[in-house]
Amino acid sequence: MPNLAARGVFHDMAGRMRDVLRFLLDDELIEIASCDPTLTVLDWLRLERRMTGSKEGCAEGDCGACTVVVGRLDRGRLRYEAINACIRFLPTLDGCQLLTVEHLKGSDGALHPVQQALVDCHGSQCGFCTPGIAMSLFALWLNEPAPSVARIEDALAGNLCRCTGYEPIVAAGRRMYRPQATDRFTGRRKAVAERLRSLAGGETLSLAGPAGRFFAPATVEALADLMLAHPNATLVAGATDVGLWVTKGMRRLDPVIHLGRIEALREIENGGDHLRIGAMATHVDVRTALAALSPQLDEMMRRFGGEQVRNVGTIGGNIANGSPIGDLPPALIALGARLVLARSRHCEERSDDATQRGEPVAPGLLRSARNNGDGLSRRSLSLEAFFLDYRKQDRREGEFVEAVIVPKLPDGALFHVSKISKRFDEDISAVCGAFLLRLGEDGRIAEARLAYGGMAGIPKRAAAGEAALVGRVWDEAAVAAAIAALPGDFTPLSDMRASAGYRLTVAGNLLRRFLIETTQPQLASRVAGLLAEAAHG
Amino acid sequence: MADARKRLDIETAAGPVGAARSHDSAARHVAGEAVYIDDIAAPEGLLHAYLGLSEVAHGRVLSLDLDPVRAAPGVMAVLTAADIPGINDISSTHRHDEPVFATDAILHHGQPLFAVVAETRDAARRAALLAEAQYEEAPPLLDVTAARAAGGELITDPLKLERGDVTAALAASPRRLKGSMEIGGQDHFYLEGQIALAIPGEEEEMQVLSSTQHPSEVQHMVAQVLGVGSHAVTVEVRRMGGGFGGKETQANLFACVAALCARKLKRPVKLRPDRDDDMMVTGKRHDFVVDYEIGFDDDGHIHAVDAVYAARCGWNADLSGPVTDRALFHMDNCYFYPAVRARSEPLRTHTVSNTAFRGFGGPQGMVGAERFIEEVAFATGLDPLEVRRRNLYGEAGRDVTPYHQTVEDNIAVEVIARLEQACDYRARQAAIRQANVESPIIKRGIALTPVKFGISFTATWYNQAGALVHVYTDGTVMLNHGGTEMGQGLHTKVAQVAAQAFGIGLDQVKITATTTGKVPNTSATAASSGSDLNGMAALDACETIKARLVAFAARQWQERPEDIAFRQGFVQIGAREIAFAELVKAAYMGRVQLSATGFYATPKIHWDRKAGRGHPFYYFAYGAAAAEVAIDTLTGEYKIERVDILHDCGTSLNPAIDRGQIEGGFIQGMGWLTTEELVWDEKGRLRTHAPSTYKIPVASDRPRIFNVTLLQDAPNREATIHRSKAVGEPPLMLAISVLHALSDAVASVGGHRVCPRLDAPATPERVLVAVERVRKEAGR
Repeated sequence: MPNLAARGVFHDMAGRMRDVLRFLLDDELIEIASCDPTLTVLDWLRLERRMTGSKEGCAEGDCGACTVVVGRLDRGRLRYEAINACIRFLPTLDGCQLLTVEHLKGSDGALHPVQQALVDCHGSQCGFCTPGIAMSLFALWLNEPAPSVARIEDALAGNLCRCTGYEPIVAAGRRMYRPQATDRFTGRRKAVAERLRSLAGGETLSLAGPAGRFFAPATVEALADLMLAHPNATLVAGATDVGLWVTKGMRRLDPVIHLGRIEALREIENGGDHLRIGAMATHVDVRTALAALSPQLDEMMRRFGGEQVRNVGTIGGNIANGSPIGDLPPALIALGARLVLARSRHCEERSDDATQRGEPVAPGLLRSARNNGDGLSRRSLSLEAFFLDYRKQDRREGEFVEAVIVPKLPDGALFHVSKISKRFDEDISAVCGAFLLRLGEDGRIAEARLAYGGMAGIPKRAAAGEAALVGRVWDEAAVAAAIAALPGDFTPLSDMRASAGYRLTVAGNLLRRFLIETTQPQLASRVAGLLAEAAHG
Repeated sequence: MADARKRLDIETAAGPVGAARSHDSAARHVAGEAVYIDDIAAPEGLLHAYLGLSEVAHGRVLSLDLDPVRAAPGVMAVLTAADIPGINDISSTHRHDEPVFATDAILHHGQPLFAVVAETRDAARRAALLAEAQYEEAPPLLDVTAARAAGGELITDPLKLERGDVTAALAASPRRLKGSMEIGGQDHFYLEGQIALAIPGEEEEMQVLSSTQHPSEVQHMVAQVLGVGSHAVTVEVRRMGGGFGGKETQANLFACVAALCARKLKRPVKLRPDRDDDMMVTGKRHDFVVDYEIGFDDDGHIHAVDAVYAARCGWNADLSGPVTDRALFHMDNCYFYPAVRARSEPLRTHTVSNTAFRGFGGPQGMVGAERFIEEVAFATGLDPLEVRRRNLYGEAGRDVTPYHQTVEDNIAVEVIARLEQACDYRARQAAIRQANVESPIIKRGIALTPVKFGISFTATWYNQAGALVHVYTDGTVMLNHGGTEMGQGLHTKVAQVAAQAFGIGLDQVKITATTTGKVPNTSATAASSGSDLNGMAALDACETIKARLVAFAARQWQERPEDIAFRQGFVQIGAREIAFAELVKAAYMGRVQLSATGFYATPKIHWDRKAGRGHPFYYFAYGAAAAEVAIDTLTGEYKIERVDILHDCGTSLNPAIDRGQIEGGFIQGMGWLTTEELVWDEKGRLRTHAPSTYKIPVASDRPRIFNVTLLQDAPNREATIHRSKAVGEPPLMLAISVLHALSDAVASVGGHRVCPRLDAPATPERVLVAVERVRKEAGR
């Protein structure tokens, strides 16, 4: 890349470079040398490839009309996921396979079993959401042999249909599994995986287009170096929020550093008394890991965005984004999670932010021995200390979230998460409450961690509420005392999601729900979701 | 002649009408091959327009500097009101209160000020944000309360319906109560947003592809704005990605701006707003405040109702007159009020101009009626369903509506009774009440509510339709009619009618894009009237051609005309059975015209708005729904667990499509009454302008148990197309059962003694507030 090097872009880069984006469009190898960093997959399909089957309904990843399926290598295995093409940046498809509604029909022109089931069940009316729905069902069909109705609903939570009322669509989600139903994708997985392997590599992808530059390093070391070189770069993980800066905020991002190719950041390790979750672990994978800690976390993660968002959104992105209503932080704060933040050692040398908060990372929490001496400097910080103010976090120059350390629940601890939103699925919390209580040997509350989202400019613990609980027996009087203390902790806002009064009332009532679920588990306490269905039997 | 039958795709011996045929585009929908306007291959030289919008809700534009817009990369032109060669107005009721571009007064946040045309949509969109406008701001009136407080300016003539002496009847009633109810609005959230593509032709000619329910109106508006005759403008719509009323008048703006830009630049121009802009610019379902006084007795009989229906109409009249009228037409639902007075109060506000939305005011009127019933039930301690039953329209003396039309086809009693039995309503209600005692946090509720919806445009002249049928010499048929396809399956139904008429298979009939060039002066595809009107017009055209064919065959084969019949799969000519295509070919050789227009005008209807009297509806469509819900009394969250529906489609033209309308309409109505909440801030900015903040139902919101039954053996008493009934709008109102089931669950916390007065939308917050109020008032 003599031209780019001449512009001084890579003067400080040691690793290998590739300046061509490569991915498969179904079977076709696409190679693109010049590409704007934030060109969306949807615009590329519709405007450049003239493949107009995928539709734009909202351009913010909420309606699913643009749903396509992306195949990627995950620890060497091919994994297919439904994603929103409207907020996915094209260069982030490097090394992936892209499948759209145009690819579903067989070579003989016969409808795919998913498509045929939609026709048979009268699953389309106006038809505009239908391609996206077909692709969400197609992803389900590829991945799961016998989903329950609840699971079909989950897989469709990111697809809005305004005509049918969903009944025939869910019916199609069952009918598509008729015996002998097959397609041309099933038998090709090995071959596709092989081709994707041939596209993978340890080099940094470096693209430029008229509107800016795009980097996708394959290692954390390369990432740290890039951040050192480009302190104003926008880090992009799943782009479920950053995508909207582009499609709604009309922002031009330059340069963009994409983290998706760094396999090491996706790893989830079981550390005995804790989980070490790489920052790029997707919500789907985080759900699996957290579900093992508590069914409450399983249910909370189930309701995280739609399937398309859960497939690409990451734990690191959800935290580093700093949203006051992010669903994960309250739960992680209640659990006592810590962050591992990393940056190039060169940052330390030239940076003047010597006032170091946080602590060095305990050797046990490093990913592996090779983290030592990899040229990165790390610190660890409790999650709640990371959030400083509305959309402001304690992230220093050149620093990125590398991992989240989530302690497992101590024996006998009581734990609870509730997300309250206008709509159950695919909605943003009005209030999110996550609580952890440790009881002492005397049966009294020894430690209380009450964390809330939606109650302040940042995810925040209720210090007064916690203080009111400690030392008490876990009973109605304790709950009443904590509720009485909450107005001292929070002055929530009124907005389109809820009024301040509702937020405060519900914040308290969630403690009542917590008490009931921990002391009278036989009582029904939820109206919908996994926990309600489990209670129904 | 047996092979004549074999060659044709015949559903049954009875023909395609009544068969559960798939939507004609289904296979294309699922393959991404159904073409919407944004999918059409761009004409050579296509440019893109975007709207520049007002940043304040009320005031005046002091200055508008568009130079930065002009200077932006890729920009070709910037157009304002000064560039309009015709009239700067697109008001559908011709009140001249809806400028394309504001010239001075700003009347809502997001009002278009100018359009920018650029080489790409992205360039146009970015450039539109660069305008520098100075405003003189005035305080905006944002809702009914504020509008009333400022004097209550009416944006269109109000309506009064009156029957009997209400004042005397109220005074004479054993008991009286007063109340007020808020009923929220609703965004259409059609999945395909507004869009238009204008292609200039020779001289004044303009072709416009528009996502509209009303091509004729778009044609007239484009002609008006361009200052040309309607004959110079052709408007075409193959399909919409959803309409729901949101493209009855709201498509006009986008079509006119695209056409204006195309005319100015002499190049094709496409205009597609982003979803957020679409939601900020276009009108929605009207929200209402209903103030009511009811006279009744201890037996739950209503003696008198006096009610005022105030609506937030927005910044121009649009369809607010007919919408608020229809609210009054449905303020009775299925109930007889011995004395009644209803008045509309269509208020001007500085918000988007509210417009048609599935039900067109009817749902709001009906929600009010069910509140009256609920009030009486709680006041008397009677079961709400029993109060409903006691007040239903009945025999002579109890069969006249507030607008003096006699209800001649009342089947509400029967529909309610059948549903009540089929869904085991009484036993479930008892079980729920019992189970609630044992469940302190989660409470269940159940309710059964009926629907009676008047079918016909209340603008009587709209109740006409045209069709154009061509039969080709191979026996295939091309059919065109004035109705538009927005997903409701209209084209499928009308094709079934035509196929049945000729005795041919559905695959022999093709319906092409609706275009003003083929069928002129059409009505909006609205008011549930699509298949009623266009099915009849198409049948009329088919019958004209058939009459010619019969006359020809009688000559050709020397048979009496009465011995010639179009059977399913063949034509019977005396003892002969010949294929339709064979007859057609012979007729062509015999120089018989194989093309015809058809026309239909709905009989019987008339309406005197000034007097508040008439027979505005040809017939009524009925239905009933029973909903069961669970609420969480700690958070207000709820789940709709089971819904049973019995709905009246007359003799269904297509049970699969009708079922789709019932299920889809129900869920859309459920969204309106539950999670769909429109929020404006104090500056008049819509805060819920995208699916991230405006929450329509998703798959898991639909009831897991959802039993939908079409009323059987219930042909329309009126001679509608194959005795079917309109189905587009009525099922939406079945969702009122959900509001009342929620209310029933809330009432349980007060021992069913305090009326929850749950307003709409019943968000979790509203449910929780109602729970706390009922608890307090019941002293628990």
